[in-house]
Amino acid sequence: MKLTRIILSFISAVAILFSMSATSFAKVVGDKIVLGAAVSLTGKYSSNGVHTQNGYNMAVDRINSMGGVKVGGKTYKFEIIYYDDESNPKRAAQLAERLISQDGVEFMLGPYSSGLTKAMAPVTEKYGVPMVEANGASRSLFTKGYKYLFAVLAPANLYLDVAIKTAVELNGGKGVKVAMAFEQDAFSQDVRLGILDAIKETGSTKVIDDKLPKELNDMAATLVKVKQMKPDVLVVSGHTKGALTAIRQIAEMKVDVPMLAMTHCDAAKLSKQHGKNSQYALCASQWHKTLTYKDDFFKDGMTYDADFNKMFGYAPPYQAAESSAALLVFKDAFERANSFDQKKVRDALAATDMQTFYGNIKFAPGGQNVSKPMVLFQVMCDAAGKCENKVVAPLKWASAKLIHPVPKWSER
Amino acid sequence: MDFLVFQYPMITVQACLDGILLGILFALIAYGMALQWGVMNIINIAQGDLVILGGYIAYFMYLYGIHPAWGVIVAPIIMYFVGIGIYKLVINKVVDRDLFISILATFGISILFMQLMNFAFGADVVLANSGYGTTMLFDSNVVLPNSKIFSAFISILFAVCLVIYMKKSKLGRAIRATAQNARAAKILGVDTEKVYAATFGINAALCGVAGALVSITFTIHPYMGLPYTIRSFMIVIVAGLGNLPGVAMSGMGLGVFEEFADYILGTEFRIGSVFLLLVLILVYRRFKLSKKREYLK
Repeated sequence: MKLTRIILSFISAVAILFSMSATSFAKVVGDKIVLGAAVSLTGKYSSNGVHTQNGYNMAVDRINSMGGVKVGGKTYKFEIIYYDDESNPKRAAQLAERLISQDGVEFMLGPYSSGLTKAMAPVTEKYGVPMVEANGASRSLFTKGYKYLFAVLAPANLYLDVAIKTAVELNGGKGVKVAMAFEQDAFSQDVRLGILDAIKETGSTKVIDDKLPKELNDMAATLVKVKQMKPDVLVVSGHTKGALTAIRQIAEMKVDVPMLAMTHCDAAKLSKQHGKNSQYALCASQWHKTLTYKDDFFKDGMTYDADFNKMFGYAPPYQAAESSAALLVFKDAFERANSFDQKKVRDALAATDMQTFYGNIKFAPGGQNVSKPMVLFQVMCDAAGKCENKVVAPLKWASAKLIHPVPKWSER
Repeated sequence: MDFLVFQYPMITVQACLDGILLGILFALIAYGMALQWGVMNIINIAQGDLVILGGYIAYFMYLYGIHPAWGVIVAPIIMYFVGIGIYKLVINKVVDRDLFISILATFGISILFMQLMNFAFGADVVLANSGYGTTMLFDSNVVLPNSKIFSAFISILFAVCLVIYMKKSKLGRAIRATAQNARAAKILGVDTEKVYAATFGINAALCGVAGALVSITFTIHPYMGLPYTIRSFMIVIVAGLGNLPGVAMSGMGLGVFEEFADYILGTEFRIGSVFLLLVLILVYRRFKLSKKREYLK
């Protein structure tokens, strides 16, 4: 009896060992390049996590069907191992560890959100695994001296400073009064830092500087202050909740402010959920389908929009577009490195200088993409109440003229 | 520190009114919590999640073109049965155990509900638009969204109805009898099992009403329940069990306190200040109790 038990446990131990070594194949198997990714399929980031995954999948599909990646005269296809990080930073870090040490992944794609990217970056850095991420914009990601982290998107501090600069320009170069309300999370606070820089640079003054707690869904107090202080610009950043709450309460309390600038408008489906109340809101975006960047795989923004719509049944938010771009960057780097050596690929990534449908990509020493400016769009509605996001800045891509100042509620 | 609120009298008025309207809504949720705490000795950690679920009911009505205000009638009906269901599945197994077990059980229910809602409704923040407009007071220096006034009004209506129901109806009397002494009530022929189920159902229904109101006034999201649990817990702690006027007063008091904390300390300390107050009150209560306590040696 005892003996059978010993034998059994021995066999199972061997089986476990065997299965572990069996999964621990190398990242490049046969004609496949295996990338690892932990994305939020459940938990509070699950909608954006799914956008991220769809973006990745669409690019893998496209690159594979258009000939794959050519390295050393041989053609390889992309494949991604996904895990669900449950929107939980701790879990994300564990999964990064697991992808690298158990699944043997040698190249990684990023998760959704700055918080989760922050949790994974130390792990990928430790193992020297190049990670191209598309959804972590927090400035602190790029000041830690990470060598293996590359972000295709513009850092968070550049999200809304364009709005302040535009307001100053429209004010004849004189400084403006700025009211700020930012959620207390890494991303929003970075946006805030960018605004502070812009305020300093333009000689503007800040009149309100509120920090919104994560659980908050009432910002009436901030808006009462706005009514009292009459700033020229109100800047709000608090993910989708912040955007929705702000629009609802600004409309309800009839707060008049000449310029309202926000983040996460398209993720919040602002114009759909709020209709005409969201009109004139100015939103920062990493990408818009009307931009005229081009590449060989997705052609341009409009084509990407149509193809994505066909594949997944909804219009791609910028989170999906930037995720697709991450794969294009990897492909380009592999081909230039002409090798699967992690160091060589890393160096090739660092030397990236290319255009994709999503924008130009060139990495600064910190890993952030510095050659793609943010765009600002404004929600504009027609008489029938149908609302659309139209790009208003930078001027090069503007499809509509910025409406400034925002008409008073009593005149709407 | 910012004393803007005292420099402009209109802001003081605004803060008080905002706080009172908000507090009335909290008081409704707290009333449900006090009821089941008093009757069943269960602290329901899932209270806030029931609120959010009620909110989703109103939201889905809104999506299908029905005005979300009808949610205050539909949500409590559905939630009543959800409450009974939870009672039959989980609560009846922990109802006569000690408080810790029931806290753990409802904590589990809370997590389950969050995940289920996230799974079923997605992680997007949503809201239902009532289109109620705004009331301007004092030469439009004080603005009150009508949706907030509507929620306060509905909350009071439901609270009053419930009080009358508890006083007059047979079930109400049975609930009160069970709260006073469950064993005696049982001996006198009250089916306490039924009373417990009904109490839990009524609490869930109240959460449903509150949830519908939250979706009209604020925003809802699967993970947003906890602040509502904390606030109602807080209100009940301050008011004490079975003290209905106390619940209403402490609800409004907490609302006003929150608003002032927001203006003076800054928005970031809004929820934090509620926690701080909770700690202070618990310490104070313990201090008061320890003076009275007698030990058997």
